[in-house]
Amino acid sequence: MPIKNRFLARAEAYLFILPAALLTVGILYPFLLSVYYSLTDYRLGGASVGFVGIKNYLDLCRDASFWKALELTVGYTAAALVVQIGLGLSGALLLNNDVKGVQAARSLIILPLMMPPVIAALMWKIIMAPNGILNALAGLKAFSWLGTTGSALPSILIIDSWIYTPFVIVILLAGLRSLPQEPYEAARLDGGSAWFIFRKLTLPMLKPFIFVAALFRTIDSLKTFDIVYATTKGGPGSSTMLLQVKAYFASFRHYNMGSALAMMLVLWAVVYAMSQIFVKLWMKSSKSAMGR
Amino acid sequence: MSSRRELLGSVTRKALIYAGLAVMLALALAPIVWIFLISLKTDKDIIASVPRIVFTPTLENYKAILIGVKSAGGETARPEFVHYFLNSLIITSGAVLVSLLAGVPAAYALARFKIKLKENIAFTFLSFRFAPEIAVIIPIFVIYRSLGLYNTYVGMILVYQLVTLPLIIWLMRGYFEDIPESIEQAARLDGYSRFAIFRKICLPLVKPGLASTAILAFIFAWNNFIFGLVLGAKETFPVTVGMLGFISYESVLWGQMAAASMVTILPEIVIALFIQKYLVRGLSFGAVRG
Repeated sequence: MPIKNRFLARAEAYLFILPAALLTVGILYPFLLSVYYSLTDYRLGGASVGFVGIKNYLDLCRDASFWKALELTVGYTAAALVVQIGLGLSGALLLNNDVKGVQAARSLIILPLMMPPVIAALMWKIIMAPNGILNALAGLKAFSWLGTTGSALPSILIIDSWIYTPFVIVILLAGLRSLPQEPYEAARLDGGSAWFIFRKLTLPMLKPFIFVAALFRTIDSLKTFDIVYATTKGGPGSSTMLLQVKAYFASFRHYNMGSALAMMLVLWAVVYAMSQIFVKLWMKSSKSAMGR
Repeated sequence: MSSRRELLGSVTRKALIYAGLAVMLALALAPIVWIFLISLKTDKDIIASVPRIVFTPTLENYKAILIGVKSAGGETARPEFVHYFLNSLIITSGAVLVSLLAGVPAAYALARFKIKLKENIAFTFLSFRFAPEIAVIIPIFVIYRSLGLYNTYVGMILVYQLVTLPLIIWLMRGYFEDIPESIEQAARLDGYSRFAIFRKICLPLVKPGLASTAILAFIFAWNNFIFGLVLGAKETFPVTVGMLGFISYESVLWGQMAAASMVTILPEIVIALFIQKYLVRGLSFGAVRG
């Protein structure tokens, strides 16, 4: 190919990317700015912005409420993972049976996932109200699910799981449908029990899908905001003060931008680190699943 | 004898499966059904100390949010709901459109061209998902304030690119990669330019994927809450933020909130049932190819 043509071909490639690249630069700029602001004493409406180095981060280290929020966020994510992967796996196995009408069930199960989380949260707020249907069903009198310190976070976990268990189901069901059939026929001929087949065949082959589901649930649970904002706003006390909620109040209620950003960059690092675990597990398991 | 036992076993098995499916669907759907019922209730029926299953249905709540008729209880109606709904429609369609125009060619380039740092670029798009929204919103808020983009449709459409653009690039790249390269090579031998190949051959081939990706991006953007909350005000609030207006210090307009929830999720429910086939790939950013 003549040099001129090669140059043109290269230029063409970049033309394809140009619009998206411009938008990306537009997106990346605030990202960089967020790192810079986290090193300043920037306050909304404040007179000037002063560079303070890592002071915001050092302050966070000494701030007990930050550690509590971090602990709460990580604990919440772990609980959400266990509940949603567990329920999601059972749901997917159930929907993997080719009985009559199962197709309709597969369509209906995704409805909670399709609606805005804020609206799902508001709907549950009605259901969990002291005079709501949940108390009537549970035989409780005027219990405030979202307004009691001990039950607020578990209630949010219930709402979160109602929305996102279908996500896990959708991913795992796709995984189950894609599994090769030959090993199953062989196992059945050998007279393996259902439990044995599940443990020795299905689970190992399904692992990559489980880790993908876990990866996305981890990222999103660590960043939980909508549901909490619509229901408890971090209360009662600070019993549901997850990190993003805390940062929201620090920045847009107390105008402490620098400190809020320091918090968010720590959360960013946590999201990155935790998702790397699942990315690694996913890569490893999909290699070994393919080797079968 | 053994065949009879087997038959009995398979019948019990089926019964168990159906029972399990019934429980699962009840858990998933009962809350939606219950809120639908609440949306048909008068405030008196809603605040009854024992939730009423039997009641006289009324469309008052829908009337109140859609045309602003005063409800029987005398509460002020909230016709702003329509305004917020239209805001969502404008912002979401605008965002998806911009993302498609910018993202689809980029996705094609990432799938087909030899570009330096291709994987890095692709990964950058994905890594936006890792970032906590507040981390990005604070600087954007500051920039918007100084550029006059705060509380404008243009500003909203631009910030929604964070939701729609990575999704569209990432998914469309997968669909373009699925096209056998031999088709394009044949076209190139016929003298088609790269752009003509993209427009006349590849785009028609990915049409179903394109449609489902656009719909999914629409849903994700429609569901977004935090960008509107921080970067908008009354004039540009999307419906997800406007919804909180039903809650005030004095009271919560449960009935209207329920009706508004139903209206807001209705388009999505209808759409979702149609794109089911493509959902898996969309939800997992292409990590799972269903």
